[in-house]
Order: sequence, then C-alpha cells, then structure tokens
Amino acid sequence: MKIKRGIQLIDQHDRNFMYGGKFGGNFIPETLKKPIEDLTKLFAKLRKDRRFLKERDHYFKSYVGSPTPFIKLENLTDHLGGAQIYAKVVSEANGGAHKIYNATVHCLIAKRAGKKFIVGDTGAGYAGKMLSMAAKKFGLKCKIFMGAKDIQRQRPNVLAMKKNGATIVPVKTGSQTLVDAVSECMRYWVSNCDTTHMCVGSTVGPNIFIKICAWSTAQISRELYKQVKEEFGRIPKKMKLLNCVGGGSSAMGFWNEFMDTDVEFVGIEAGGPKNSKLHAAPLTNGSKVGILHGAAQYVIQDKEGQIGSTESISAGLDYPGISPLHCFLKDAKRARYTSVNDEDALKAYQLVSKLENISPSLEPSHAFYEAIRLAPKLKPSEVIIVNSCGDSIKDKDIIKQKLGTYIR
Amino acid sequence: MRSKIGIAFEKCKKEKRAALITYTVAGDNTKNNSLKILNAISKHADILELGFPHNTPIADGGQIQGSSYRALKNGIKLTDVFQIVKKFKRLNPNKPLIMMGYFNLIFQSGENRFLRNCKASGVDGLIIVDLPYPENKKFARKCKKKSIEFVQLLSPTTSNIRMKKIIKDSHEMIYYISMLSTTGGKLKVSPKKIIQNYEKIKRINNKKNIVIGFGITNKTISSLKKADGLVVGSQLCKKIANSLKNRLNAAKVLDKVVYNLKRKII
Repeated sequence: MKIKRGIQLIDQHDRNFMYGGKFGGNFIPETLKKPIEDLTKLFAKLRKDRRFLKERDHYFKSYVGSPTPFIKLENLTDHLGGAQIYAKVVSEANGGAHKIYNATVHCLIAKRAGKKFIVGDTGAGYAGKMLSMAAKKFGLKCKIFMGAKDIQRQRPNVLAMKKNGATIVPVKTGSQTLVDAVSECMRYWVSNCDTTHMCVGSTVGPNIFIKICAWSTAQISRELYKQVKEEFGRIPKKMKLLNCVGGGSSAMGFWNEFMDTDVEFVGIEAGGPKNSKLHAAPLTNGSKVGILHGAAQYVIQDKEGQIGSTESISAGLDYPGISPLHCFLKDAKRARYTSVNDEDALKAYQLVSKLENISPSLEPSHAFYEAIRLAPKLKPSEVIIVNSCGDSIKDKDIIKQKLGTYIR
Repeated sequence: MRSKIGIAFEKCKKEKRAALITYTVAGDNTKNNSLKILNAISKHADILELGFPHNTPIADGGQIQGSSYRALKNGIKLTDVFQIVKKFKRLNPNKPLIMMGYFNLIFQSGENRFLRNCKASGVDGLIIVDLPYPENKKFARKCKKKSIEFVQLLSPTTSNIRMKKIIKDSHEMIYYISMLSTTGGKLKVSPKKIIQNYEKIKRINNKKNIVIGFGITNKTISSLKKADGLVVGSQLCKKIANSLKNRLNAAKVLDKVVYNLKRKII
C-alpha cells in the first residue's frame, strides 16, 4: 500500500471509495445512497467554487479565529531535556477545539443544499457544541445525538449546546457513548434525509463525511506549515507531529499539508485504564478490518463481527473504530500509531498545566504524554509539535474526581 | 428447478393475494424460542425472514434493536443461527427462508464460507442491509451461483436510472422500502403513494416479485395488499418483547398475530 505524492489524501480512493483497496467505502442502506450521492456531487462542486472557498476562508478567519497560536513550550522542554517541544494551540479556536472547522463547513454546505435542519453526533461534546454554535450562527435548526454516559461526564459542553438552542437527544442504547450516538444519528438521517443535513463529527462514516471533515480540519496544517517555516526558516529535518486519534479528525487536519514532506507522524490512541482489558486503540492493538458506520476500517470487534466495547477516560477518543484514512496511513507506513493509558494521560495533563500557560483536555493529553516519553530520548536539534486540540475545562469534573484538584 | 421463493410467490398469485413475509430475529430471546416461533408462524406466513443479529444496526429502529439485543445477550452466534435454520428446514423443507442482516458478520466469516453455511443449512435467500448496489454485484453473483436469492432493495430515494439498473441485475425478489425510515417507524406516507411507487417498479419489470416493507402492521397491511408481498417485522418483535414481559408463550402469541395478519390480506 502506497501514498501518492501530489494528490490530497482524501482523494486517493478507488471507484468504490476505498483507500488502498481496503478501507472506507460506502456500506450504507439503500435509502442513503441518493442523499450521499447528492452531497458528494455538491461537495465536489463547492471545493472548486471560488466564492465558496472565499466564504470558508472568511468564516475561518473572522469566526473561528484563524490562525490559532503556535507556541514553544519552553518550560516543558527545559524540564524534560532533549527535543524542542512546541504546541499548536488549536483549543484557542472559537469554541475551544478543532471541531469548529468541520461544523462550520457543514453548515455552509447545508445552506448551499437548501437544508434547514442539521443533525450531528458527539462524544466529548465538542463536535456537538461546535455544530450547535455554527448552526445558530447560520440560522439552522440543530439536533445533537449524544450517549447518555457522555452527557453525564461532559456536562460543560452539554450546557453549551443547550445554550445554543440545540436539542440534545440522549442515546441510551448499547454502551451509551459515541459509537451509539453515531449509529442513532445515522438512523435519524435515514428517516429525515429529505429535509435534514447530517454532519458526522469526525473523519469516519461514509466516504463523503470523511472527505468533508478532513478537508475542513486541514486548515490546522495550512496554518502550521506557515508558522513552522516562520519559526525555523524551513521545515526542520527531524520533526515529529504528535496527535491523539479517536475518529482521527484533528490528526488528519494536523498532518495533511505535511503529507509529502519527511515530517514524522505519530498518532496516539486511547489505551484505556491501566488495569483494564478494554481500550479504544484498534491500530495499536492489532484489531481486524471490519465495517462500522458505513466504512471498512480497523475496528475493535469480536471474532463474529460484533463491535466491541471500549473504555477511555476521554470521551472524545472512546470509539471502537478509526478513520479509514488513518488505517491507510498505517498500512502505507506513513504514520506510526501508539497508545497511552488513562493514568498517563492524566499525568501529562497535570504536568503541562503546571508548567505552561496551556491546559490540554484529556484527548490531547494522550499525545502530550507521548511527547513527554519521547523528548528526553531525542537531541535538542529535534522538534516535537503536539496538537493541543482541546481545553481541559470540559474535563474539570473528571479531573477533580481522579486527581482531587483541577488546575488550569 | 424453480426456487422455493419463486414457488411461494406463484402459489400466492394463484390464490390472488399478497405473500405474507415475516421477520423475526434468530435467538430472540433464546435459540429454542426463536425456533418455536418460526415453526408456529410458518403455518401462516409464505416466506420467513430471519435476522442474524448485529450489535450496531444502523438501519433498525427500537423494536428490532431490542430483539437483536436479547438474542446477543443470550450468546447467539452465527453457527447457532445456521443451526436454527437447519432444524426449521428439517420440519418445513419447502418453506422459503431468507436470512437478513449486516455485512460485517459475512465479512468476518468470509463470503464463501458464509454462503457454504447458508447452502448447507437450507437458506433460500439473503438481504444485506448495508451492502447496496453496485457494491453488492460481486456478492450477488456468488449467491446466484449457489442458487441463493440475493434480494436487492429499493427505496423512495432511489432514482429512476438507478432503479432500472438494480432491477436489471436483481434476482426474483425485490424489497421496496416504503418510506424514509428505519425499521418499525410509523407509516408516514399514504398507502396510495406507496402503491403508486410500487406500480412504477412493476412497470419496469412485471416479472419481478416486489415486496413492500417498513411501517407495516395489522393496521396498515390491508391497505397495501395489492403488492406481491408484504413484510411485517417490528410489530412481531414488539409482540415478542411484550410476551416476554408478561410471561406469555411468545410462539403462541405470534401464531395468533401472524394468523390475523394473514386474514387481513386474503
């Protein structure tokens, strides 16, 4: 399996929308064929539409707050010794996470499609919060599907969604987390696809949703590419981009513009609690290819093909599957994947929040732990950049409960 | 040799009525009970659909999700499903049985192995919810080689051009999804409109047996009896759930329910 140079990764699929002949595709009920085909055509057109691109850039700048800061973590670097550690503080984007890019683009598309309703899924609540924000801004009625367990553990984002006027539908089936929220959201779309636009919250699902999401979050690396060149005068030879991966949307956006460079990509999955057999790391733990939410991907499942349970302290990474794009990157050996457990993610949150002016949420804390693990082994000439794609404030309750105190 | 599914439709046409097709989930709530239910309802139903449960069913509503959950909770595996089919077929060798489910289970089992097991246990047809046309062409051909009916699906969103292509590549039976909904939704389109769409499909190819499903209950079934066949699923799953809750014999309850459904389309 090989990545082609000079072609956007999202476009490197075959006629059946499969990456590397193996990942992705559209495993969907007949009813969704037409709406997905329509959306595919519309998006293909909009991608080339100058006015649409101008509109996107305008909102990314004036509404999302682009570019987000690129900073050196001096104290952390000194503390660890070794590689220079930087952060792309995507959590500074409007709403506090990368999910705003996908949400904004989906609302712009929904407007173009003439849809008045928009629905979406959410795990950590960021995708839902951003979609509700953008929907409010663009005058769309919004419905968010969220697992009942996640509603409990991500209260601040739930409150934000409510404030934005979104209807939150608690999903009480299965594990009551993201996987069930996505299923329920797709079911809702099957029933309402004539009037409603669906936004899948990550680079998962039927192919078109993977494309739209990765195309939207790519803004992160467009900014970063410039910022890195400004900082170093060139793209450093030995540079690593570290990003947590659940569905994989922030990592795709973080890496996209560096695809054809020598920069090393490291994806960090959620390893789950230290003493638990459960995890949310299908790539690290060698899960088999299966079909989940309309796409073939490495997915946690049993021998029969029943989707397996997952566990992670971070709701945003607590998903049994992983974007087909990441499966493709893994098999093509363009990216490397590893996992970090709950306890270590908490340690990383604590250390970064103590030493620096940023306070990463539990999702990017997984990536920060990998940086902490790697940096001392590397030379000072080497560079590590971590995508700090969410803010810890949403995890206040969990952190307090686990560590006793919350610092930010 | 005529397929059992084809023979069943022929028989109904001779009797000038729609075929009654039932859907229940294998292993709901146990292997034995689901077999008993199949045996009981096969007296009235012309074709039986048997779901092989998946725990992430993206096109199913609450009732079928519930049935699948009960079955999986009691540890149902694909081999058990085939065993249920085998046992059922031993008693009812001529009653056509169609297995219905999601592709991942077939994918994990391996297409060829899955089809061998279908053949060995006597499965007559397959409906795979999330393997649409044209992605299903290869698998449908494999089914045909084994004389297993691959049932294509059509929906109100299927365009005319696409419809013609699908019908052209279809086998004997086609499943028309009555409305935009998951299974078990309330019928939100008028029966008149559904029959209009049905007739549009029939005009493309009159020889195919078109069955209508989704939203069909004892209340709506008679208004659609013009069709070649009608599928009732979620209502049966709901009756099973109620029987379990009230500690009634689900097979007996379903026997009666299906008998009454049949009466409404004669």
